Amino acid sequence: MKNAFPVLVVLAAIVGLWYLAVAPMNIRTALDQAERAGAVIQPEGGRARLEVSVWRLMATNSEHISAGYDLERPRLPTPAQVGRELWKTTGEMALRGKAMSKRSLIYHASVTLKSTLWGFLLGTFLGIAGAVAIVHSRVMDMSVMPWAIISQTIPIVALAPMIIVLSSQLGIEDRGVPKAIISAYLCYFPVLVGMVKGLRAPSSSQLDLLRTYSASQWETFVKLRLPASVPYLFTSLKIGIASALVGTIVGELPTGAISGLGARILIGDQFGTPLAIWAALFAAAMLAGILVTLLDFAQRITLKRMGLEA
Amino acid sequence: MAQEPVIVADGLDLTFQTNDGAVQALRDVNLTINKGDFVSFIGPSGCGKTTFLRVVAALEHPTGGEITVNGMSPDEARRQRAYGYVFQAAGLYPWRNISKNIELPLEIMGFSKEAKREHVEKVLKLVDLEGFGEKFPWQLSGGMQQRASIARALAFDADILLMDEPFGALDEIVRDHLNEQLLELWGRTGKTIGFVTHSIPEAVYLSTRIVVMSPRPGRITDVIESTLPRERPLDIRDTPEFLEIAHRVREGLRAGHAYDD
Ligand SMILES: Nc1ncnc2c1ncn2[C@@H]1O[C@H](COP(=O)(O)OP(=O)(O)OP(=O)(O)O)[C@@H](O)[C@H]1O
Ligand SMILES: [Mg+2]
Repeated sequence: MKNAFPVLVVLAAIVGLWYLAVAPMNIRTALDQAERAGAVIQPEGGRARLEVSVWRLMATNSEHISAGYDLERPRLPTPAQVGRELWKTTGEMALRGKAMSKRSLIYHASVTLKSTLWGFLLGTFLGIAGAVAIVHSRVMDMSVMPWAIISQTIPIVALAPMIIVLSSQLGIEDRGVPKAIISAYLCYFPVLVGMVKGLRAPSSSQLDLLRTYSASQWETFVKLRLPASVPYLFTSLKIGIASALVGTIVGELPTGAISGLGARILIGDQFGTPLAIWAALFAAAMLAGILVTLLDFAQRITLKRMGLEA
Repeated sequence: MAQEPVIVADGLDLTFQTNDGAVQALRDVNLTINKGDFVSFIGPSGCGKTTFLRVVAALEHPTGGEITVNGMSPDEARRQRAYGYVFQAAGLYPWRNISKNIELPLEIMGFSKEAKREHVEKVLKLVDLEGFGEKFPWQLSGGMQQRASIARALAFDADILLMDEPFGALDEIVRDHLNEQLLELWGRTGKTIGFVTHSIPEAVYLSTRIVVMSPRPGRITDVIESTLPRERPLDIRDTPEFLEIAHRVREGLRAGHAYDD
């Protein structure tokens, strides 16, 4: 594992910077709390302290800096706090057999995962189908591609509520459906672009070779274009699944959602529980990491089988 | 030996319409290639060698004149699997091993499993690549890859082999070796070969006829019949007869250029 060292160094640097940032971020809250508990703080009163920079506050009240690392509602929690909260809402609950309770992040992650996977499947299907059409038809190329690009310039946060409202008006009860649609909306584009590139990857001499065999368009597709596109496909799928996850979370943010990681982030915001927000954010990041890693595995195995990777 | 014409070009013209106007790639090309001939095409870049081969293979269509392959149109001949085409780049599919690459035309042409295996084995032997069937292209040297691509062109028993600078990217030693092998293969199979090259010695060593071409517009300026025997060891290249033919080809090329200036 020669690669482990630089990875660990970067990780250590990030965690280190994070710990350093906690002190200035939380100093005001820490001082407010200490003052309420009877300590003498320079200057007095939270309002007066707003006039003073965090650096000066840290310098004049250095004995209270450490309190900033153990707040109940910190502006910036420490990595350890986030870790503890994560464990409390995942592993610990799982150990108590409550993995699927409404307070467990495992439950919320599974809700998000389900919509993400549906969106990913739908988006991938649309992306591949669109790419096949675009590569085989000039008319499709000219008519579909511009719309695909335009579709991605619309901010998803503006579009997501519309999709949710529309689907409820159409009488779709399941909240998973609009979420999957939003997720597919973000996911199909990288797949489309990657597959168009992949299906067009064969050189003209590779295509001419098949013409000398009088191969049909279908044979050209199956024997040349499709296999040539596989490396591109996997790269796109990895981007696509991350986008699908973002789409689902955005779909969980608007009013009314009660389950899913996006809802946890929103609720944490509304109830002023930053630890819950951070734990949900990390759960989402970990979920994305797991999904991308799985696809990476699939990519390696497939390419190795195809003899494309030594 | 009875002369049986295989490829007959009669007043062939081909003009490409490009953005900066028309390019006359071939003008009034008249040529008959007989069964079992080894015909080389030589000439400066852009004189239409590739274009002529592509017309024979029905990859381009002439804008004037006539061409027949085995008495049919090139398109028909292609459907009858009349020829195998070898491109300058080996162009093996990296996701197929060598056997699977050679099988590609057989799959498309609907050979049975048994026939596929048989043909692959036969042509692997023919190009001296026995035992390499399971290897992937990246595991082979450039020369071996080019041999595999020749095997692929031979796999479906086409009588005509069209080769566009197949050895152009290889070093001289490998090239000599492959030239020798190609001659041997030609002798054994009696195929008709059209071969594009930039090398005078290669053209003289391999061919029964050498077609000298000249650019702008692409046309045939000279056709030289070789007087060398069909049986040709590599050191035939030091004989006065060989040098005499090479000299004539060089003269032909020079004359083509003088006409151009
Ligand atoms: N598809 C095409 N469209 C337009 N012009 C073309 C096309 N193919 C070839 N040409 C032109 O036709 C002429 C003959 O080209 P060709 O490729 O046959 O030359 P060549 O003798 O094979 O040259 P080289 O030795 O460089 O391979 C050139 O001027 C070339 O630019
Ligand atoms: Mg050429």
